[in-house]
Amino acid sequence: MNIFNFDQTFEGLLTLVFESYRLKLFPDMIMGRGENQSFLFSDPVFIPTESEKAERVWKKIIEKTSPTNGNRIYIAFQSELPGTPKLIYDYIKLMTDTQQSIETDFTLPPVMEITRLFNKVAKETARVRMFTRFQQTSENSYYASVMPEYDVLPLCIHHFTDRFADQEWMIYDLKRDYGFYYNLIETERISFEKLPVNPVNGQLYESFHNPEEKQFQKLWKNYFDTICIKERKNYKLHRQMLPRRFWNYLPEKNG
Amino acid sequence: MVSEKTFDKLKILAESARYDVSCSSSGTSRSNSSGGIGNASAWGICHSYSEDGRCISLMKIMLSNNCIYDCAYCVNRRSNDHPRSSFTPQELSDLTIGFYRRNYIEGLFLSSGVLRNPEYTMEQMIAAIKDLRLRHRYNGYIHMKVIPGAGRELILEAGRWADRLSVNMEIPTENNLKFLAPEKNYESILKPIRMITENIRENREDRKKFRHVEKFTPAGQSTQLIIGASDDKDITVLSLANKLYRQRSLKRVYYSGYIPVNGYDSRLPALASPPLKREHRLYEADWLLRFYGFNVNDIVSEEYPDLDLSLDPKVSYALRNPWLYPVDINIADPMMLLRVPGIGLNSVKLIVAARQHSRINSDNLKKMGVVMKRARYFISCRELGFSQNVQDLKPEVVRRILLSGQKPSDAFQLKLFTSTVHPTPALT
Repeated sequence: MNIFNFDQTFEGLLTLVFESYRLKLFPDMIMGRGENQSFLFSDPVFIPTESEKAERVWKKIIEKTSPTNGNRIYIAFQSELPGTPKLIYDYIKLMTDTQQSIETDFTLPPVMEITRLFNKVAKETARVRMFTRFQQTSENSYYASVMPEYDVLPLCIHHFTDRFADQEWMIYDLKRDYGFYYNLIETERISFEKLPVNPVNGQLYESFHNPEEKQFQKLWKNYFDTICIKERKNYKLHRQMLPRRFWNYLPEKNG
Repeated sequence: MVSEKTFDKLKILAESARYDVSCSSSGTSRSNSSGGIGNASAWGICHSYSEDGRCISLMKIMLSNNCIYDCAYCVNRRSNDHPRSSFTPQELSDLTIGFYRRNYIEGLFLSSGVLRNPEYTMEQMIAAIKDLRLRHRYNGYIHMKVIPGAGRELILEAGRWADRLSVNMEIPTENNLKFLAPEKNYESILKPIRMITENIRENREDRKKFRHVEKFTPAGQSTQLIIGASDDKDITVLSLANKLYRQRSLKRVYYSGYIPVNGYDSRLPALASPPLKREHRLYEADWLLRFYGFNVNDIVSEEYPDLDLSLDPKVSYALRNPWLYPVDINIADPMMLLRVPGIGLNSVKLIVAARQHSRINSDNLKKMGVVMKRARYFISCRELGFSQNVQDLKPEVVRRILLSGQKPSDAFQLKLFTSTVHPTPALT
């Protein structure tokens, strides 16, 4: 049984595709993020990432289908779901082994699977754009905690950078322990040893808050409660549209 | 800046604004300008959902809930004894920015009761959104209500700063409007709607010729109809909406199930609960009009002037026109695929793209997101080709099955499917 492993970056996976073709060794299994079981009869082969090889596979994908499709594969990869690396491998293989473009042949299981995965990740990306809540800091910059189901923060950064161009901000993924910081000029990826944040509600410790911050959160909660029409209460729909896992970090659902 | 008074005002003025249903923030795509705050995304972004399940995208607020009018259906009518308040334009723009910077909202939806006269009210509202645009350098979304009776100059000015304008019709027919809101008249509502449409068209032409011409109301205009406060039938409501879409190029018509805010007024019907089901069916019908290529008389007619509350309007259409089905998934015209219950816009896109490569079976359809529970009676495709469709079963039977919400019982199924020829496995 051929088992492959890689550094869990997208580039790494593309390198893996390249190497598998070069070695004519096709994986039965590719290990995903956080999978580290040991195998009885075979050791996983670790493929080190090489940008040049990844680049060649990336170009092939775009040439065989389209840039949009390349982007779709990358977004699907961010799901981190078990089985995703192998699915992407199968998809790329199918694509390279077929004469004409299979991009829209949704009767082929890998094509449909990639599409569904893409939709899931895209939805989570949209939700981070919707449900991220900034807190104003004592230094008048803005901070937000997020904890998305998939690793979608990098996919949202362009949006936040464009929208909040005149305020200094940071958005931090507490689950994956990294974030992005915008310094009024550019956005960079950062990691902190220790953040002054309460992990339960994602709030900065009080001494780091702007004196008006708590007031604004209360105002917002006030507005949220007022805008609801009691005669139309529909709690099921409410929970469906605003899933519980986001509540902890939303001032309107807390306090 | 945030004081006790801000809390009170926000509560009073949000309470007064909540019956406006529009919340859409779509229709404008605009990048942030250098050094400013905010942008607008073409598809709109919701930021929260209140416990009634409605999306919160824009901060829906009134500049003032004082009003000189006394419309029967309105919570802010002059004769209601409830708390009144007003924001100054600056207070309002500061609050909006405070919320926007925290990513609570996608923008502002500004409405107001009529103060002194329509002109004065519009001036105050324009002052607020202008303050947002200029002092705060705000590039986010703004939806502003136009007060019926305001003149052309003020409408032009409002459209310079707002993304969307709306004039609420509220009551679909002239007679009923006269009955419920004697101080308003139909023409004073239709006139600004017409004016906005004309200005949008003119602006579009001008922008073709001169690139520097500023956009006027780039996200178009919308309106709202109250459902169930008058005795108007669905055919009246939908015909009006259709006209507004086709002739006045409105972006959206909203339907608002009447909530008895003024139960004491005997001109209004006594409702046990707001007509939410009817409102929902109207939205479905509205979608069919705008995106599915349906005509009003496909959905309602002299014979069926009201929508069927128990089935969605597409299913009702299909059951009234069984001879159009089953539709062959692999060859049918996309417009016909759109008329199949259980198949939506996205599924049609996938089907049309995929069938150029290979033939589609029901398993593929399921994965594409087609609701087979409904679609199965109206389509044929490979292995479903021989199964029972609406013609074999008769519409009444399909109706009963769909209403029961489950598959036909085993015994029933046995009887129904005895004549079914199952394709051999080799063929599927």
